[in-house]
Amino acid sequence: MQDSRISTLTLAVFAALAVVGCSQKEEPKPQAAAPAAPAAAPAAPAAPAPAPEVVVKLGHVAPLTGPQAHLGKDNENAARMAVEELNAKGLEIGGAKVKLELVPEDDQADPKQGTIVAQKLVDAKVNGVVGHLNSGTTIPASKIYSDAGIPQISGSATNPKYTQQGFATTFRVMANDVQQGKVLGEYAARQLAGKNVAIIDDRTAYGQGLADEFEKGATAVGAKIATREFTTDKATDFAAILTKIKSKKVDVIFYGGMDAQGGPMTKQMKSLGIKAKFLTGDGGCTPEYIKLAGDASEGQYCSLPGVPLDQMPGGKAFNDAFSAKYGQIQLYAPYVYDAVMVMVDSMKRANSVEPAKYLPEIGKTDYQGVTAKIQFDEKGDLKGGAISLYQVKDGKWEYRETIGGAPAAPADAPKAEGEQKK
Amino acid sequence: MAALTFDSLRHDRRTAIAAAVGIGIVLAVFPFIVGTTLGNSWLRILDFALLYIMLALGLNIVVGFAGLLDMGYIAFYAVGAYLYALLASPHFGLHLPVWAIIPLGAVLAGIAGALLGAPTLRLRGDYLAIVTLGFGEIVRIFMNNLNAPINITNGPQGISSIDPIHLGGITLAKPLTVAGITVPSLHAYYYLFLALALLIIFVSLRLEDSRIGRAWVAIREDEIAAKACGINTRNIKLLAFTMGASFGGVAGGLFAGFQGFVSPESFNLMESVMVLCMVVLGGMGHIPGVILGGVMLTILPEFFRHSAGPMQLAVFGKIILDPEALRMLLFGLALVAVMLYRPAGLWPSTIRRREFRNGSTADVLKEGE
Amino acid sequence: MDIFIQQIINGLVLGSIYALVALGYTMVYGIMGLINFAHGEVVMIGAMVALFVIKALPGLPAIVLVPLALVCAAIVCMTIGFAIERIAYRPLRRAPKLAPLITAIGVSIILQNLAMLIWGRNYHAFPPILPSGEHDVFGATITSLQIVIIVVAGLMMGGLTLLIRRTRLGRAMRATSENPPIAQLMGVNINQIISATFVIGSALAAVAGLMVSANYSIAHYYMGFMLGLKAFTAAVLGGIGNLAGAMLGGLLLGVIESLGAGYIGDLTGGFLGSHYQDIFAFFVLIGVLIFRPSGLIGERVAERA
Repeated sequence: MQDSRISTLTLAVFAALAVVGCSQKEEPKPQAAAPAAPAAAPAAPAAPAPAPEVVVKLGHVAPLTGPQAHLGKDNENAARMAVEELNAKGLEIGGAKVKLELVPEDDQADPKQGTIVAQKLVDAKVNGVVGHLNSGTTIPASKIYSDAGIPQISGSATNPKYTQQGFATTFRVMANDVQQGKVLGEYAARQLAGKNVAIIDDRTAYGQGLADEFEKGATAVGAKIATREFTTDKATDFAAILTKIKSKKVDVIFYGGMDAQGGPMTKQMKSLGIKAKFLTGDGGCTPEYIKLAGDASEGQYCSLPGVPLDQMPGGKAFNDAFSAKYGQIQLYAPYVYDAVMVMVDSMKRANSVEPAKYLPEIGKTDYQGVTAKIQFDEKGDLKGGAISLYQVKDGKWEYRETIGGAPAAPADAPKAEGEQKK
Repeated sequence: MAALTFDSLRHDRRTAIAAAVGIGIVLAVFPFIVGTTLGNSWLRILDFALLYIMLALGLNIVVGFAGLLDMGYIAFYAVGAYLYALLASPHFGLHLPVWAIIPLGAVLAGIAGALLGAPTLRLRGDYLAIVTLGFGEIVRIFMNNLNAPINITNGPQGISSIDPIHLGGITLAKPLTVAGITVPSLHAYYYLFLALALLIIFVSLRLEDSRIGRAWVAIREDEIAAKACGINTRNIKLLAFTMGASFGGVAGGLFAGFQGFVSPESFNLMESVMVLCMVVLGGMGHIPGVILGGVMLTILPEFFRHSAGPMQLAVFGKIILDPEALRMLLFGLALVAVMLYRPAGLWPSTIRRREFRNGSTADVLKEGE
Repeated sequence: MDIFIQQIINGLVLGSIYALVALGYTMVYGIMGLINFAHGEVVMIGAMVALFVIKALPGLPAIVLVPLALVCAAIVCMTIGFAIERIAYRPLRRAPKLAPLITAIGVSIILQNLAMLIWGRNYHAFPPILPSGEHDVFGATITSLQIVIIVVAGLMMGGLTLLIRRTRLGRAMRATSENPPIAQLMGVNINQIISATFVIGSALAAVAGLMVSANYSIAHYYMGFMLGLKAFTAAVLGGIGNLAGAMLGGLLLGVIESLGAGYIGDLTGGFLGSHYQDIFAFFVLIGVLIFRPSGLIGERVAERA
């Protein structure tokens, strides 16, 4: 009995090794970046350097396991890059040399886990928190940070509620769902000439919030919502709802949700012979979407808060540096990068790393980030909130135009105007 | 040691009282020890562990005592949580006191339990499992979608700014000062949860020894024989569902007040599975075992979270495997390993252990199929 | 009308996919009376292996590449299936009934996270190498690949039925399912038979994995969970343990979901809509089980606890 158990265990280990060995041979390149061990982590407090060095801990929270793990890791990498860059440059705040240390945590996109890791970060006496990724975890966690007086800047939680709770500690460096949904709705009705529009959302806080705001924006400028359909953030088959949409003969389909559903959805649209234009928000505005949708992605639209990276000062440099280190940007990396920068910038201006001292300074931020010129309103939302629209051309997202927002908007937009396809 | 003597405690008054006092003191000072040595995050985990103990004990009545495999148990937790959220938040502008909501949550969850139980009375085993799983999903999906045409649950956005639990004029959200001692918020929640968990343990223990408890066990062991002995199996089964669900409702209400935010994603299938794991892993039908299971499964992943990274650093000098993936991997391995070496659970009741050693239950089950 | 036909076709394709996965569940259940909850994850591993074999050898023509990928995936899945049974189920054969359920959940978690470590957290696009031309059926469209999926699901069911009804191995399987100790006395090596069952079920999972990820052109370490759940529902709906039942349950589930999502919104004036797509199936399931507690064409089990 005992022997056979050991032998089966050995067998299992072999099987596992076989799988590992096999797959690694098959795929050497793209993997290099994704699960690469966070080499910078061993910044243990055991650093009795001669110079009086202050260690400033920045918490970062995102789901690192579960269906959104790829986005979570992307965020974490961006935060890590910002921290490493700042450290490499050498940082001095309040007369002391400062070393930043990133404390990455996984909240599994689960609100309960979100509060547990938030408490863990508060216990670890972090000086600030960047994150979380999902609105669903950010909102309950923000209460804990607020109680502890720790500033929190999210680069991706777009639910308006996050900043509406009346906490002084909540900020976000991204347009919220209301801002983005409104722009998208108007864009669909005007520029895409959508008279008859179908809306799909994935029944997550993000997707539903965005879709609701889209509906308001589109109907306000005269579009008719032919039907509203729903899917989930785990679904792969959209044939049934798409067939129904087909029967309504719409011109534009808007999807509030992520790339992992948006891509296959676009593909199934094509194979069902639906000719309507497909428009989605920031969740689908990724290279992943194009990969998953294949040819069907050609000519489809998406939006991203902020201004395109390559038009912002330092944006291209960020893109190159990030891609070289961690591979292609998934989605929110630039925003998270900006969030870290804004936080440290505020510390510099306050001349202190104490949360209580530099918190008021965050509100006064006027920072030229890689995604936008960042200023906050009284609630902690991004002021202005420019939204940029993109269209797939030759298998790549191509910039179309920027609507609303920051005074720092680039001047070379007219080029895009004439290129309106179909 | 306590493990070995638990069952004998019931028969020896004096040791029982001594043990109770001892355990009481330990439980009373425990949060302070944890809070100062390990930090408040562990205290929060401890609070969650208490909630899960309540849940696991509730499910234990259904699965452990009555032998009905329920895979949608988290639905009752959701009912309790949403009831609290709706009645004590700006969502409807209602702010009822906690002493009204929690019992109401227990009642409502109990009714939900009976409603679920009624159509499933004829089902057994795996069929029952899939139907209860379906019910769990149905409840979650309705909560996720009841924001239109009438906004009841606020849909996927969840309900935020829920009132913290407050008793009389005292709110648990802020540090309490009682007789010159300041008790931080997490500690206050700990004591409240502990009190309710103890109440649930007490009720469970009394139920186990009661006529009803014996009827449940009889149904678990052989439903036909139980019926032949004059047990009204329909009512007794419904009672199991109702009782179990009401515990879940209580835990749910506390969760909503503690967390201040509820959304449907907190009540997914994985949560049901976790609670089921607690019951089975700890030792089905054995109350101390179930408590152990609840504590272990809450703490284990957190323990791995705290140790997976540093351990690799210590052993290899650098992080080789992603600590988060490793954490879940270890958790899965732990589930398998425990079941392989202790298939009746970590701390099964003596009767069950005896049966299992003789292999009688297993053989009967095998032939019954 | 063409919309209705399209919805039926959508349902049949989706249903065939459920059926492909459900066959694996039902086969193991039929022989051992055990729900192999890790089956969904084995399907995922099959999809991942096939995907990476195809990606690793870009030059080859599809006619060589696809079978090669399938064989690779099948070998890996069969090894894993074999190992799962040996490690997680066999030692627990005499244990309380819920013990293997917990190990199955444990194995699922392990496989998922192993896959995440190996293949990363990203979604992977399945290369478009399988024929996906569209065909017109009374105004509705169906792709070649979807036809293949329906045919394969049917063939698999037929093949398995033949295997179990007509071969020596099948007879041994039936004997094992009927009464293991007696089967053993009759010279059946039940350990071997059960291993064989798992291995065959896992090979089916590999086929299903390839089909699913090719059809939706996506593979991800998390894909097994939902799929496994739906397929399990389908298997129970049809009567778990019964191969034809799995097929019927799968197809029925697919069609119900399609028609439900397509029409319930208009029928109820917008009160119910496609957001309830995932629970139509459960409602039907509950309805069916109340009147037929062992599924549509499941055998009636004697009332014994």
